[in-house]
Amino acid sequence: MNINLTLFLQMIAFAAFVWFCWRFIWPPIREAMSTRVENIAKGLEAAEQSEQKLAEAGEAAARELETARAESKDILERARARGNQMVEEARTRAEEESERVKQTAQVEVEQEANRAREALRARLAELTILGTERILGERVDRKAHDRLLDDLVKEL
Amino acid sequence: MASGELTSKEYIGHHLTNLTYGRHPDGTWGFAASAEEAADMGFMAVHVDSMGWAVALGITFCAIFYAAARRATSGIPGGLQNFVEAIIDFIDDLVKDIFHHTNSMVAPLALTIFVWVFLMNLMDLVPVDLLPHAAYLIGIPYMKVVPTTDPNVTMGMALFVFALVIFFSIKQKGVGGFVGELAFQPFPKFLAPVNLLLESVTLLSKPLSLGLRLFGNLYAGEMIFILIALMYVSWVTTPVAWALQWGWAVFHVLIITLQAFIFAVLTTVYIAQAYDSHGEEH
Repeated sequence: MNINLTLFLQMIAFAAFVWFCWRFIWPPIREAMSTRVENIAKGLEAAEQSEQKLAEAGEAAARELETARAESKDILERARARGNQMVEEARTRAEEESERVKQTAQVEVEQEANRAREALRARLAELTILGTERILGERVDRKAHDRLLDDLVKEL
Repeated sequence: MASGELTSKEYIGHHLTNLTYGRHPDGTWGFAASAEEAADMGFMAVHVDSMGWAVALGITFCAIFYAAARRATSGIPGGLQNFVEAIIDFIDDLVKDIFHHTNSMVAPLALTIFVWVFLMNLMDLVPVDLLPHAAYLIGIPYMKVVPTTDPNVTMGMALFVFALVIFFSIKQKGVGGFVGELAFQPFPKFLAPVNLLLESVTLLSKPLSLGLRLFGNLYAGEMIFILIALMYVSWVTTPVAWALQWGWAVFHVLIITLQAFIFAVLTTVYIAQAYDSHGEEH
């Protein structure tokens, strides 16, 4: 148990090992560790973010679906309304058409009746003149009695 | 036991003698043949066994940790890296708790102390006769395998720590600040000589207690292993010796770790004190 040069040699050896550890061992391992800590933190953050994004995407999809559903309902309603309207229009048109045809026919009938009446009237005037000539035995000047005849015809 | 003809006293003495290389009183250099010759060499001698084991274990530490450092990845660490990182993380937390300044050297210093002292202490768990007897068989007369049972080793480390403490004190506070801290407290300035005396004792007690604590614990532990080994002489005491040796070894697992830890912690504390001025205690 003598104190001797070993003391100083040990100091030198100690200093050398500390220096080696300080320069070559501690820094790379600490760096690897802190880089890993960062990586893990980043990874966790990314996972959290993607989870949040997924939730957001789900919500967006649900919203989208809701809008589409509402829109389709709207379109259906409008189509139904339009259909009803078209049926209504068609009916109106048909009714108008039938009314028109009926009126035309009526006008034609009236015209025909008038024509027949006119013809009858003309024939009656002739017959009346003829009858009168027979009764009177002479010719009746048609022109002279035109006014009288017209009145007669009108009374018929 | 090294040889059957030894008495107990000789056996113990043999175990406590270093393999010494140095200058004989007549001026020639060589190995000491006995404990007396080693003592006669005085200061100009080297304990080849202590130094050899210490350096070998230091290189073991550096090699293992350097292997891990070279292949250090920030990805998935392998077994070795996991092991090394666990120790480094432990030391890093420890140093961060004690030392609040910026100095990239303190943590590696604590790591080196912790692992190196642990490895040197660990040699204490190698059966006391195994390596000395193996050395004896190949012609080496003395072999003390536990470097930390050599006061030169522990005091050498403590003195290096002391040098660092003084270096950092002066670097941080200047020569004036450092001397002032020694001379101008705890009493008023006119009592400077008294202060200087008190503070110098405080300062010097740090490396002394640091080195002697480790030495004392390990020397005592080694001594008890040697005394237990003496019980292997008869059939009756051998089982008792087994039990005692096993028990003491288990207890020693705790002691060697604890002493390595204490050395590292106290070193960090002393350097932290060198940085902190006395006014701002936490």
